[in-house]
Amino acid sequence: MSSKSLDYENLNENVKKCQYAVRGELYLRASELQKEGKKIIFTNVGNPHALGQKPLTFPREVVALCQAPFLLDDPNVGLVFPADAIARAKHYLSMTSGGLGAYSDSRGLPGIRKKVAEFIERRDGYPSDPELIFLTGGASIGVIQILNTIIRGAHDGILVPVPQYPLYSATISLLGGSLVPYYLEETANWGLDIGNLRQSVTQARSQGTTVRAMVVINPGNPTGQCLSEANLKEVLKFCYENNLVLLGDEVYQQNIYQDERPFISARKVLMNMGPPISKEVQLVSFHTVSKGYWGECGQRGGYFEMTNISPQTVEEIYKVSSISLSPNVSGQIFMGLMVSPPKLGDISYERYVRESKGILESLRRRARIMTDGFNSCRNVVCNFTEGAMYSFPQIRLPPKAIEAAKSAGKVADVFYCLKLLEATGISTVPGSGFGQKEGVFHLRTTILPAEEDMPAIMASFKKFNDEFMEQYEDKGGYSRM
Amino acid sequence: MASTTLTLDTINPKVLECEYAVRGEIVILAQRLQEELKNNPNAHPFDEILYCNIGNPQSLGQQPITFFREVLALCDHPALLDKLKHGAYLERASEILHQIPGRATGAYSHSQGIKGLRDKIAAGIEARDGYPADPNDIFLTDGASPAVHTMMQLLIRSKNDGILCPIPQYPLYSASLLSMEALFLNGIKALNISYSFPMVPYYLNEAAGWGLEIAELKNQLETAKSKGLMTFSNDLNISMLPLKVLAENNQKQIVDFCKDEGLVLLADEVYQENIYVPDKQFQSFKKVARSMGYGEKDISLVSFQSVSKGYYGECGKRGGYMEVTGFSPEIREQIYKLASVNLCSNISGQILASLVMNPPKVGDESYESYLAEKDAILSSLARRAKGRRAMYLFPNIDLPKRAIEAAKAVNTAPDAFYARRLLNATGIVFLALALDRFPEHGISGAQYYPKRTKYQPLFPVSPSSTKDSWMNSVTDGSAIVYHRLLELKF
Repeated sequence: MSSKSLDYENLNENVKKCQYAVRGELYLRASELQKEGKKIIFTNVGNPHALGQKPLTFPREVVALCQAPFLLDDPNVGLVFPADAIARAKHYLSMTSGGLGAYSDSRGLPGIRKKVAEFIERRDGYPSDPELIFLTGGASIGVIQILNTIIRGAHDGILVPVPQYPLYSATISLLGGSLVPYYLEETANWGLDIGNLRQSVTQARSQGTTVRAMVVINPGNPTGQCLSEANLKEVLKFCYENNLVLLGDEVYQQNIYQDERPFISARKVLMNMGPPISKEVQLVSFHTVSKGYWGECGQRGGYFEMTNISPQTVEEIYKVSSISLSPNVSGQIFMGLMVSPPKLGDISYERYVRESKGILESLRRRARIMTDGFNSCRNVVCNFTEGAMYSFPQIRLPPKAIEAAKSAGKVADVFYCLKLLEATGISTVPGSGFGQKEGVFHLRTTILPAEEDMPAIMASFKKFNDEFMEQYEDKGGYSRM
Repeated sequence: MASTTLTLDTINPKVLECEYAVRGEIVILAQRLQEELKNNPNAHPFDEILYCNIGNPQSLGQQPITFFREVLALCDHPALLDKLKHGAYLERASEILHQIPGRATGAYSHSQGIKGLRDKIAAGIEARDGYPADPNDIFLTDGASPAVHTMMQLLIRSKNDGILCPIPQYPLYSASLLSMEALFLNGIKALNISYSFPMVPYYLNEAAGWGLEIAELKNQLETAKSKGLMTFSNDLNISMLPLKVLAENNQKQIVDFCKDEGLVLLADEVYQENIYVPDKQFQSFKKVARSMGYGEKDISLVSFQSVSKGYYGECGKRGGYMEVTGFSPEIREQIYKLASVNLCSNISGQILASLVMNPPKVGDESYESYLAEKDAILSSLARRAKGRRAMYLFPNIDLPKRAIEAAKAVNTAPDAFYARRLLNATGIVFLALALDRFPEHGISGAQYYPKRTKYQPLFPVSPSSTKDSWMNSVTDGSAIVYHRLLELKF
């Protein structure tokens, strides 16, 4: 074969630089071990259904009818499906130009976008324009499209929290932009400190970077912290002062496990602040059907909503969306259902509420079980999971462990996580995949394993961890006496 | 301080430069006319807009294959397994659900797609080609276009990386602005801009029935190299199935050319099931390459398939895959890495792709009804194509000289001028041939084809009972359309 063919040497550099640890080394090793017959508990990605969470019944009924509309003509359909599911299926099919098999507008079906706007208005108390809402094949696609619109070159910087969900770092790499990190304060429950923000921006600018946008993940991933209204106000003011587009990743807005800081959207806070800020700050908000208590990751349904973006720019973003042609119609319908679920009085309402509450309350319990479990382990400190789906314990690795990792040619937390995997079958993602302060190590796991399996999982972790620490601490350090 | 950070002045300039993959001028006009009709049904000399420009068959009345949808519905809602009367779809759905860990169709899958489904697709490819296919070579994607994007990201490093593209595209592509063809038609220009690579056109020979000539390919390649384009990453080869099935000889030449020049062959094969002519048969590029004795070490080949075309026409489901062969393990890792950033494609689309590549077979309980539906769709398409061409018609309209001059006077290509007039007069939307698409390459289509006075709009055929009579009248003759245009007083 000619040397001109595609080989590693002549590969696009941006691709080489791009990393996505969530399905990286640990996951690949776990998959290998699974093939060899080892039982693996995959906690590397927020994938609730893969760990036994059942789909909500109502949306599945509706979408099944949309897949097979001939069922609607069946004389017995009313015996198998509740009347409201039947009505919904007909309603959604009427929004399409030819059922699930026809392309929709690149921005999504107008009827669904309208439902999303109504949802946002109910949630926030401010009107929302369907024309500024684009449905996408999952929130990630929307993030990629918007970043593609913003990043012109290597001098354009995007403020990203550390630790962050590596979609952002991977995408910024691929697009050839610069990642400007701002560190979250672990000791303050992963709080967002404006001082850190200012410092990051100043430093970036001194290096010639034009800081264009700021990503806020609320609730956080992997950290889970829920931002207070005061915090969001500070962030918005900061964006106003520094001419930044705020990218509000709010995909975990349904996943809240404490009552002190319920979810409040960036848009609501922005509108509350009134003019001039409410009319000036540019905001793009992202949401999905993959998280929350729906957990419908495999459907690939998401949207983004634009605020204070000019009509001409919206046109350009439409153009970018059009390159992806059309989001899958099933996913759009899932989104439509999520933002307009069964209401009080609907036949399916009670079942819907029972299923949803069941999942949310269990997640809340599991967040607590996991946090407490990690905190009971030697050299492990874990902030409470206020929201989202993850636990991000800090692992205080002894110097000897770090040396051993070096000798093995591994980053320290990768070393630890590989050993954890091999000993227990628990597949996590090392903290280095999300970013952390120098010399501070973490791992990310999900709180998604079934509640009844949790005690055994935490016990298994504790056994491994405490033995690991004993092995690598100086003799006489740890004692079980 | 005014905070208008994201404006036309500060937006990624590549976005500004790229063209719409979906909305050309004609479609924008059509949408406006449609709105006007809504507000005033008498606004125009027609009742409705007929979108004949897009390959979106189910929006024009084509029905999906019942068996496929039965299986998909069951996978969405497995509780139905106990509630539906016995049928082959129950077995197939159960089989599929069994291959999905936890029967969880709502979970992210492996980034290449569910293993069991890839096994089925590989088996389907092998049955089709007679050569083995490896499930690990398959990447399931949301339609074929994300797969194309992935390959572009890998291949294009800078402005010095080029892609060979056939010109004109129209005889080769669907009129679909919403299909993968958009990528290779308008959209490749968008990708071109997004990824900033030069597109190197090679011109097809109209006199030889839009045949591809290797001499022309070689010539364009050499010219581009001499202009300082360093490396050609690939040859973009679009299957000509819609209108002309590539002769095997042609395919062999292309394979040899790519092998000799070290080009990656990207083969769009989404129309493999749109052949209505009994004496023609689809041959995949992989089959051709393997039949020439070329294996993984000889040629890098990426083959794209989609659920959007064929007799299934499931555009809105977003299902497809690429089969990647002839790359090093390091490259394979990188492809996987890119696929993993978006985690996975939609599961329903993955299931559909496996059904399309492994449909009911002779002897299966569902085979008879499946075949009946498939045949009805294909023969309907064939009828409209009058057995000569596949999915598209191109009536041959000789444009009067005055029309061409009138077009020139308003700085429009003659066919775009015609298409606009036609839309305003009749409400019919179809794609205008646009040979002038790449003026920056220093040669406009008009110059290359100086004697071009024909208008050959690409007419996608859609079997639809509601549009039957109209479609029939049009297939009978471009004459009708032509005369209407004459009435418009050129």
